[in-house]
Amino acid sequence: MAKADLTVNIGGLELKNPVMTASGTFGYGHEFDDFIDVNALGGIVVKGTTLEHREGNNYPRMAETPAGMLNSVGLQNRGAAYFAEHIYPKIRHYATRIFVNVSGSRIEDYVKVAEMMNDLEDIPGIELNISCPNVKEGGMAFGTSCPSAREVTKAVREVYHKHLMVKLSPNVTSIVEIAKAVEGEGADSLSLINTLLGIAINAETRRPVLSTITGGLSGPAIKPIALRMVWQVSKGVKIPIIGMGGIMNATDAIEFFLAGATAVQVGTANFIDPAVTVKILDGIAEYLNRHNIHSVRDLTGAMECC
Amino acid sequence: MPRKTISTFSVSEVIHLSPDTFVMHLQGVPPLPEVFAGQFAEVEVPGSPDVFLRRPLSIHAADRERGMLSFYVKTVGKGTRRLSELLPGEKVSVVYPLGNQFTLLNSGKVLLVAGGTGVAPMLMLAQSLKGAGAEPTLLIGGRSASDIHVTEAYHEAAEVLVTTEDGSAGIMGRVTDHPVLKENFDFVRICTCGPDPMMKALAVIAREKHVICEASLENTMACGFGACLCCVVKTTEGHKCVCTEGPVFDTRNLENW
Repeated sequence: MAKADLTVNIGGLELKNPVMTASGTFGYGHEFDDFIDVNALGGIVVKGTTLEHREGNNYPRMAETPAGMLNSVGLQNRGAAYFAEHIYPKIRHYATRIFVNVSGSRIEDYVKVAEMMNDLEDIPGIELNISCPNVKEGGMAFGTSCPSAREVTKAVREVYHKHLMVKLSPNVTSIVEIAKAVEGEGADSLSLINTLLGIAINAETRRPVLSTITGGLSGPAIKPIALRMVWQVSKGVKIPIIGMGGIMNATDAIEFFLAGATAVQVGTANFIDPAVTVKILDGIAEYLNRHNIHSVRDLTGAMECC
Repeated sequence: MPRKTISTFSVSEVIHLSPDTFVMHLQGVPPLPEVFAGQFAEVEVPGSPDVFLRRPLSIHAADRERGMLSFYVKTVGKGTRRLSELLPGEKVSVVYPLGNQFTLLNSGKVLLVAGGTGVAPMLMLAQSLKGAGAEPTLLIGGRSASDIHVTEAYHEAAEVLVTTEDGSAGIMGRVTDHPVLKENFDFVRICTCGPDPMMKALAVIAREKHVICEASLENTMACGFGACLCCVVKTTEGHKCVCTEGPVFDTRNLENW
């Protein structure tokens, strides 16, 4: 049979396939050059980028948990200007869609970073991070109420002319309401979910494992929640959804498509198997062939509920 | 640095040195990539669904031509416990070689100081230093004689000195009590791996003696190759990843050392 069609379109932007990498789990791509051909991926979302340099949170920043892990990195990065000047020139050659995850603690900072990203020719879109749980003064605060999610999306939309993906927090009462608010302000796509807020405690020392006490939970432990949220949001908005949360293999990715995602982001799995993304890609093609499905696009929202 | 790989190895033998210390020998397909003393690997814990992440382990020995990779491990939790129970023939996925290495001086006396399982990279380091033309001395500290496992290979590569806290082997006390660090100190460098307090004390001694101290850190990490940013240490230039900028650091560059 004909080769499966893996191309997808997220709000006017075509990806050669639906497998992307999640911000903060894939560095800037080149960290994986020894393991895979990064060009094979549909897209990569680089590390959360803020206006100013950030040192991030103190060590320890990681705790292994059942079927997952907590992190509290705290958006360690060299700042947007450093990215544009020193990192972007080294990664712009990749034949994949490169998205910059834009983070901040003030609306004007998000706006400034978004403006800077406009000028980078080989960055076709940004992922607006209104959902980082590890930064005290902001981040997630924007993504947990409809008015603030609306306000930051609107402000960035006014200045940013390319693809605007907004990354949603699961740490909310109704993710659908936030999704609708963000869609209403002109987001081109939504990515979900960011990590779930959690705590790990060392019973012997009676101390929290993380320096910040709380951190963001990722890995297979959160997959059922992520699937539920992708499914709910897909019923409430018209723009494409990029699903993520505990994807470890092709079957997991396909479940996200069936729940309503157009593309997926692979995150924590990259730490355990740095070649997992290309394996997922191969597995999706194999699934399509085995089920005689012409295009991966036919899977989006194709869960059959009786 | 050589290219990093993900490879499947087969367990050839797990040798128990004490109730909580073992050496795991793995057999891969030769030739292996070149491995330098101080580098580490991220080792899968197979058949253990409650262990989510790989375990970062210092590479104890590597034989490129024969395809052998060995780890000297202390059982500290469920991941290392499962590794200690592996049987010959079981398959293990290994991401390696990761991290930097100890500096290989080609002359002068170099003091290697290991505490507990900090001895893991020291045999290879002693052999490499000797091969390069330096004169290694290896000082190993433990709680008692049952913590000290020195084979003929160690004596071939270095002069070996021992301290134990209970005096059951070598000199009684901690490594920092050993006279070699006090009288007639004629080393040009200290290389150390072990508990942080021990390495910090050695950094202070090195400063007093006006020599460089290289310490191998053991921060917890998720990936091992610079993607997760979880294993950072505070340096004079801000947070650095232990997995890519280390694990070996010149202690002068570490904050509060």
